[in-house]
Amino acid sequence: MMYLLESLRIALRGLSANKLRSALTMLGIIIGVAAVITLLSVGQGVQTLVTSSLESIGTNLLFVFPGNIQSMGAGARFTTAAYLTLRDADAIRNEVANITAIAPSLQGTADVEYGKTTIRTTLIGTTPEYGPVRNYQPADGTFLTPEHQATGARVAVLGWRLASKLFPPDVYPIGQTIKINRIPFRVIGVLKEKGGGSFGSQDDVVMVPLSVAQQRLYPNRRSPAGEPLISVIDVQVDSQKHMDSVAAGITDVLRQLHRLKPEDDNDFTVISQADLISIFGQITGVLTIFLGAIAGISLLVGGIGIMNIMLVSVTERTREIGIRKAVGAKRRDILLQFLIEALVLSLIGGAFGIMLGIAGALVVDRLSADLTTVITPQAILLATGFSAAVGLFFGIYPASRAARLNPIEALRYE
Amino acid sequence: MDARDDHVLIDVRNVVKIYRMGEVEVPALRGVSLQIRRGELLSIMGPSGSGKSTLMNILGCLDQPTAGEYYLDGVNVGELDDNALAVIRNRRIGFVFQNFNLLPRTTALQNVELPLIYAGVGLRERRERAIAALEAVGLGDRIHHRPTELSGGQQQRVAIARALVTHPSIILADEPTGNLDSKSGKEIVAIFQRLNRQEGITVVFVTHDPEVAACTRRIIRLRDGLVESDEPREADCVYLEPEPAPAEAGTPGSLT
Ligand SMILES: Nc1ncnc2c1ncn2[C@@H]1O[C@H](COP(=O)(O)OP(=O)(O)O)[C@@H](O)[C@H]1O
Ligand SMILES: [Mg+2]
Repeated sequence: MMYLLESLRIALRGLSANKLRSALTMLGIIIGVAAVITLLSVGQGVQTLVTSSLESIGTNLLFVFPGNIQSMGAGARFTTAAYLTLRDADAIRNEVANITAIAPSLQGTADVEYGKTTIRTTLIGTTPEYGPVRNYQPADGTFLTPEHQATGARVAVLGWRLASKLFPPDVYPIGQTIKINRIPFRVIGVLKEKGGGSFGSQDDVVMVPLSVAQQRLYPNRRSPAGEPLISVIDVQVDSQKHMDSVAAGITDVLRQLHRLKPEDDNDFTVISQADLISIFGQITGVLTIFLGAIAGISLLVGGIGIMNIMLVSVTERTREIGIRKAVGAKRRDILLQFLIEALVLSLIGGAFGIMLGIAGALVVDRLSADLTTVITPQAILLATGFSAAVGLFFGIYPASRAARLNPIEALRYE
Repeated sequence: MDARDDHVLIDVRNVVKIYRMGEVEVPALRGVSLQIRRGELLSIMGPSGSGKSTLMNILGCLDQPTAGEYYLDGVNVGELDDNALAVIRNRRIGFVFQNFNLLPRTTALQNVELPLIYAGVGLRERRERAIAALEAVGLGDRIHHRPTELSGGQQQRVAIARALVTHPSIILADEPTGNLDSKSGKEIVAIFQRLNRQEGITVVFVTHDPEVAACTRRIIRLRDGLVESDEPREADCVYLEPEPAPAEAGTPGSLT
């Protein structure tokens, strides 16, 4: 349609007549769109990272935690104290079918020391089955063995990154003696790098036999009855289709063992890997929307900037509008002219914003070790659509004001 | 060669225009009636504030009367909506202002093209017609100049080219020589006479200058929003250029 083309030409001429102001107006949109793109891509990246980390933990896993996560904070009433012990793990192992492996663990932080280097990191006291359940394999040396567990040997397995931080390059870690919370341990293995880089901590762990962790490192973490506690039980199910039945079986066994009455809530929580993925997915999804909304506000501010400039422009060009009307411009022509100006401003701003946003996402990607930012076509479409909508929405009022001007009054305007 | 005929182009009946300024009502026209035939060349005179501009704006469909009727070529303008008025301003009327009213930062050519844009004329034809109109007012060598690069007389000629580029039947000019020295003023009037005699365009202009008014065949005088006198003066009309001999006249339809 020639009208549109003509209006576009007029609008471009109008904008280029005042380049600095046009650029400054665009700045608001540029920043808004860039923020939307960058933050959405970071949000997406976090989501992808969380999902892939959770997937890299292992397959067909169930986790049993003490306490009821769902009713926590919502006035949970426990008839028994919320804790897990080895007896729970043994009961699950003995009474629930379709379980391939089960690995109770006690987790905490610990100071790991070699020579003059001390590193505070995550300690996992666990059983040999933890290796296969969680896909941990030794790169050097061996993993924990049943013997270590039975004899309470002070041996440790190190995540590869922890090992590389702890030991100088010329020291072979296996066989070295390190100190964990000042107690000497012998290093028997260094783990392979875990794919997925889960939160950056999977490769920084130190693992010791569960019995040693309970007796020597955390002797105070006991139930009121004096039984040593465990933090979590990892359960590997033999196949995907048994996940629900195993979860139900664990629930039955533990309720019985904890002597819960039918009306009592569970005092433990069974969560599957898939549940975790979806929970974290929801959290990061909300986070992404939240970030996007914050960025959207700056886009809104940019839009108000456009409206402001368009209003100024309409006032400033009242005479021009009068002249155009005097030679035959219809309301529609004037409306279109100013609307297209607003639209062009916001779309050009949007285009620059998209470029800046992609650059921002790439910078974040470069700066963070684990995070891979994801620029989705949807984010770009969203930003483009949003900036066009902003242009239209905030352009329509100034444009219709221009269109409604009376030609005589417009021509009289000084 | 006389382009006049008996066709009544403008028929104004008892037109009243009252401006409202808050509480105060300012009657600018208090019952003006007049007829203008096709091909006339006339001037409107009167003291400042007598309603000349108000009348011109109504004639040019830039404004609507408060009461009374205005028939343009038989059509009651008072019944037309905004769009229809815009079309009339675009196709039928060329308006020339005292202060030129050109778009700044825009070349003479682009200024003259403006009405054609709103008439929906394509790029190439637009350019050709705008150049022809500028040549007709003797500015063929200034088409890429901006208003600030032109003298007052030249700017007014650009404005006339803009008025006549759509081939209107009427050109209305509100004090077109008011901002010009007398030499440039004469040149403008000469152009109006030429357009009237050669193209048959009806020309109405407002002036304070008796010498300029003497160049028209009819003078309407306004006072206090009423027609004071309406005086035909065919015989006394001063022509600034000799009437071209029919044989030497430009090819039919050309603007020069
Ligand atoms: N927009 C307006 N608002 C109020 N009063 C106006 C307006 N335009 C003109 N007038 C008044 O109407 C009268 C006629 O004005 P105008 O037609 O401009 O006179 P002229 O052109 O003959 O000098 C004057 O008294 C003027 O003050
Ligand atoms: Mg006046």
